[in-house]
Amino acid sequence: MDEKLPRIDTEPTPDGLSAAVLGEWSAAALAAPGQWLRVAAALQAADGAPVWDVRRVARMDHVGAQALWNAWGRQWPATLQASPGQRAMLERVAQFSVIPPVPQRLGIKDHFLRLGAWVLRVEGHVVDALRLVGQLMLDCVQLLRSPGRGPWRDFSGHLYRIGATALPITALVGFLIGVVLAYLMSRQLRQLGADAFIVNILGVSLVRELGPVLAAILLAGRSGSAITAQIGVMRVTEELDAMKVMGIARGYRLVMPRALAMALAMPLVAVWTTLAALLGGMIAADLSMGLPPAYFVSALSRAVKIANLWLAMGKSMVFGVMIALIACHYGLRIKPNTQSLGEGTTASVVTSITMVILVDALFAVVFREVGI
Amino acid sequence: MSTPAGLVQAQAPAAQPPIVEIRQLWSAFRSGGVQTIIHQDLDLNIAQGELLSIVGGSGGGKTVLLRQILGLETPLRGSVTVLGRPAHALARPGSAGRVGMLFQHGALYSAFTVLENIAFPLRELRGLPADLVRDAVLVKMQMVGLEPQHANKMPADLSGGMIKRVALARALIMDPTLLLLDEPTAGLDPDRSDEFCKLLRSLHRELDLTVVMVTHDLDTIFETSTRIAVVAEKHVIVEGPPQQVLAFDHPFVREFFLGGRGNRAMELLRNPTHAV
Repeated sequence: MDEKLPRIDTEPTPDGLSAAVLGEWSAAALAAPGQWLRVAAALQAADGAPVWDVRRVARMDHVGAQALWNAWGRQWPATLQASPGQRAMLERVAQFSVIPPVPQRLGIKDHFLRLGAWVLRVEGHVVDALRLVGQLMLDCVQLLRSPGRGPWRDFSGHLYRIGATALPITALVGFLIGVVLAYLMSRQLRQLGADAFIVNILGVSLVRELGPVLAAILLAGRSGSAITAQIGVMRVTEELDAMKVMGIARGYRLVMPRALAMALAMPLVAVWTTLAALLGGMIAADLSMGLPPAYFVSALSRAVKIANLWLAMGKSMVFGVMIALIACHYGLRIKPNTQSLGEGTTASVVTSITMVILVDALFAVVFREVGI
Repeated sequence: MSTPAGLVQAQAPAAQPPIVEIRQLWSAFRSGGVQTIIHQDLDLNIAQGELLSIVGGSGGGKTVLLRQILGLETPLRGSVTVLGRPAHALARPGSAGRVGMLFQHGALYSAFTVLENIAFPLRELRGLPADLVRDAVLVKMQMVGLEPQHANKMPADLSGGMIKRVALARALIMDPTLLLLDEPTAGLDPDRSDEFCKLLRSLHRELDLTVVMVTHDLDTIFETSTRIAVVAEKHVIVEGPPQQVLAFDHPFVREFFLGGRGNRAMELLRNPTHAV
């Protein structure tokens, strides 16, 4: 048998059962697979022994001492043979062992109070969101009054980070979606002999719907989460408080530049995504149906009215401001701990994507007569 | 024992290998492609049972030295051996528990309660019953002076001093051989700081710990340390018992210990209120 295994040898003596504790009584040794069950059984077997000898224990730590002390029913055995060090450790465990505090149980009143807290939290969200929108408008008015003093450096930085750096990924996603859609549609349309209509279907769906929504979803995931995390970490590291103390309005310096950058970048990224998707569709149509690109381009301008593009850019701008505001809203609500940071970022992305799709449906209903 | 005391003492260091052995250590950090050398040919031995304070100017590489001992940084050159193994092997799963670290800001997991924070290393072993883990945590909490009713609180609800205590209890939960402390008294008021020194001394004595501490606080240094190592000019310029370090003639040592600030601590050293 391994000498290090924690174990107990019992033997009857004239004074009663004598228990000799052997092996290594440390947290790591006791936690080895299957060990604790064996040790617990051995402790059970030696229960009530009046004589305990721990002198031959190879190594004992506080967890091992605690295991012994608990097995003794939290009182000293009649005879204990231990080295001074071991005795000191056991005495320390004995001195500090307490009845653990009982976790509080929730009563009906607590549940009622929790419900109240939930209602207040929802109300807080609504009020904060409203305040953020109002503050953004006031900040925009202030910017118009004295444009020279606006946070233009921040604005251009965000424009680069939100817009320019998103171009490759949005182009890739748009292109592939265009290819897939055109390929699938071409097979259906060929059965009906309506090959030429692929330009109409692809054009309207991409320009009016898919381009802006794809771009918005990508930017919500990419930049929305980044904004929330950035502002959230500023809260954790007390940068927001420092800003307040310095008398710098966080709405003007943090929220507005991001919202404006999003408002400008989003329509441009949406058009870019649409162009990439149309390019993909054009190539797929050429390859699968033999539709020449020149025809595709000329038919596109006839099939899709320019109003569709304006509508797409208009709603992209709304999406952009919305994503930025939702991201800032959740960022500013983050509490200074890591869990809250994770929850806030997730909530920000989920809320923005949901809102994008809801508002897109709203646009579809309101502008159903435009451009069709 | 019949052997003369002096002989035993002379043999002791040879018989027991040092807990930490740093040889010709070079450390550097890289930022924006520029490499800054922090340590250059740094040598340091830490023996069993010592309470060593590492002092030095801000940005002098004290915390990096601690991180080297913990195996969180990679040496540019030289070696760091902790408990007979290369320091970087400490960070591997399965070899945890022999070294405890108190980080400067506690590094408590904000999503866990106090009890869960302290129990974390024990629970990671998987195999100890929950009530034994809880009892062991409560004992460690009381050892560092935390009342059991704080067990279910979240770190966000604790004061700075309490966070330090919880972090200390967590560092001690596996009964480490070596305890590292980064600025343990920074952010504590003088009373709390004194209390912490007392606690540290008693833990050092009772648990037979080897303690390595980085601090700027002269009171803490002189009240607790058995040895001081001064890190300046990228290496250890002097190390030894407090008196020996104070007697060393070097501008940094004079400035650090014997300037206006140092007088009070010197007074404490001349009239010790207790045996260190």
